[in-house]
Amino acid sequence: MLEYPFDAARVIQKRKSLRRALLADGTPRLKKKIAVLGGSTTSDIVKTLELFLLDAGIEPTFYESEYAQYYQDAMFPGEELLHFAPDLIWIHTTNRNVTSYPQVTDPAEQVEEKFQTELRKFRAIWESLNEKFHCPIIQNNFEMPLYRLLGNRDCYDIHGRTHFLSRLNQAFYDYAQSHENFHINDLNFISASYGLQEWSNPLYWNMYKYAMCFEAIPAFAQNLANIMKSIFGKNKKALALDLDNTLWGGVVGDDGVDGIEIGQETGVSQSYYEFQSYLKQLKSIGIILTVCSKNDHENAIAGLNHPEGVLRPEDFAVIKANWENKDQNIAQIARELNIMEDAIVFVDDNPAEREIVRVQRPGVAVPVMDSVETYITTLDRNGFFEVTSLSEDDFKRNEMYRTNALRAAQQAAFQDYGEYLKSLDMHATIDDFLPVYIARITQLTNKSNQFNLTTRRYTQAQMEQVFESDDYIRLYGKLTDKFGDNGVVSVVIGKKNGNVLDVELWLMSCRVLKRDMELAMLDTLVTKCRAAGIDEIRGYYYPTAKNGMVRELYAQFGFTQISCDAAGNTVWQLPLADYQTKNHVIAVSGNPK
Amino acid sequence: METKAIYARLNRVFQNVFDDDTIHITPSTTANDIEDWDSLEHITLISAVERTFRMKFRMGEISSMKNVGEMVAIIRERTPL
Repeated sequence: MLEYPFDAARVIQKRKSLRRALLADGTPRLKKKIAVLGGSTTSDIVKTLELFLLDAGIEPTFYESEYAQYYQDAMFPGEELLHFAPDLIWIHTTNRNVTSYPQVTDPAEQVEEKFQTELRKFRAIWESLNEKFHCPIIQNNFEMPLYRLLGNRDCYDIHGRTHFLSRLNQAFYDYAQSHENFHINDLNFISASYGLQEWSNPLYWNMYKYAMCFEAIPAFAQNLANIMKSIFGKNKKALALDLDNTLWGGVVGDDGVDGIEIGQETGVSQSYYEFQSYLKQLKSIGIILTVCSKNDHENAIAGLNHPEGVLRPEDFAVIKANWENKDQNIAQIARELNIMEDAIVFVDDNPAEREIVRVQRPGVAVPVMDSVETYITTLDRNGFFEVTSLSEDDFKRNEMYRTNALRAAQQAAFQDYGEYLKSLDMHATIDDFLPVYIARITQLTNKSNQFNLTTRRYTQAQMEQVFESDDYIRLYGKLTDKFGDNGVVSVVIGKKNGNVLDVELWLMSCRVLKRDMELAMLDTLVTKCRAAGIDEIRGYYYPTAKNGMVRELYAQFGFTQISCDAAGNTVWQLPLADYQTKNHVIAVSGNPK
Repeated sequence: METKAIYARLNRVFQNVFDDDTIHITPSTTANDIEDWDSLEHITLISAVERTFRMKFRMGEISSMKNVGEMVAIIRERTPL
């Protein structure tokens, strides 16, 4: 009910029962504190936002500023907000909050002065919040005005409000480009997409001080929730795509390769071509493409090799074209890619197949794909892959999953696993963080669920604080082998407490499981500890629904368990005096000098 | 639409908006009779009523309606027989 395209009126009307049902469904959720600093009424927006966040696995608590007190709260936060200590701040301002619009009689210098005044106000807000709270900030840009005093000229005349707001938006974007923890909620886009005239119906402002019409609230809240779920690591990673009538028109097994519709010939074939192009673009930002189709394998490959198509068999990390049930194939895809099922979006035109997957694989996202011309907007508006940071690794991800498949093939040729590991010719860089990797390191702390001992999440701002502090020993690990570069795959953060190091974070990407990378990390950690005068490492394991695979990791490392509470949280210790190097298959070096 | 039919549909809207299946509205029901019916939920209610009956309240009416009876009178006036 909360997936685009949703029925906005029903979402509003059923809000209370939806909330009750979501809270009762037993899903484990991340708890997050969100401060809402509004320039207009926010009550119903916040209640609707809560639904979308709950649906995405986030349980928010909110601080809402008193009506239109966003500036005061940002510049002079009261006890309540300071005590609240938000994980994220959202500033809900709109064109109703611009106080100094130009007059047509204003000389150019005065227009410029008004522009600078407005911008200064916002920059002061952002800087004050950043200084006081060190957390991500989401700022609305401005929607276009409802009327244009100068008609079409309003958009380029320096006195026009359209021009003035566009300039402010551009200045906001400049700020966003140079500040990692600052995100724009694109109110301008979502209001245009909804229909500006409906959106800006003045009744809602004049009656209730809402800066948008009531029925637009769900669309607005979803767009905003997409940013938040991306920041908190709830993005999807992979698409499982049906073929017939999803990637092309027709059924390749019945119609033959020449009979399917894809390319430039007809309107229908162009629509499928556009959808394939869109998927290829998703791949370029690191979304993993897989096939999940009821077809003979040869027919599927033949369809994907159609000369007019955009996607090719090698664009897919896994191709499951067989006659198994799709829920089984999706489980298999998740296993082969080493990702959680809830990181997958299943795309299929057939409602019966969608229903099976929805029931059998409750974590998988199953958007309604009714008609090819709506496929792109359905995937786009649901924000499954909302981008809040882009790292080098995202560009290379598909390549890495493909080379993993090659490694699996090579492994099959070796009798002895150690021999196989040596044959991979692995080289690792393990050392203190470098600034270029902070984005990727932060991203890993929000994405890794399985090989993650404490599942501690960090925002970029928090990670920068760790990076700048002398109280920590930090390690990142980057692994290369003869098939390719895996990028940064492991992170360890330990806090120094006298002669003891408390390991607050130990994680590794599942793409390098069973490669002895964790042993190489431990070796380097021990070396760094000794250099810092530390003679004992203390490890912590906090169980979650997903990290069972590392329950015994510290035991395997040779740590001794020193405590275990009722929830299964365990504490481990390792004296460093007799530690012997454990990794013998990876050649390790430090940061480039 | 008949007054009786309007009450039946309107009652369903109230039950949904306030998430309470025990609500039973009458012409004299006011915001004081329903626990969650405050000025904020009033907007949700108005929006749901407008959608259900495919009609719009005028701006002045939204704040001046005194009870459910007045709301039904306006709905009745704006919906086809």
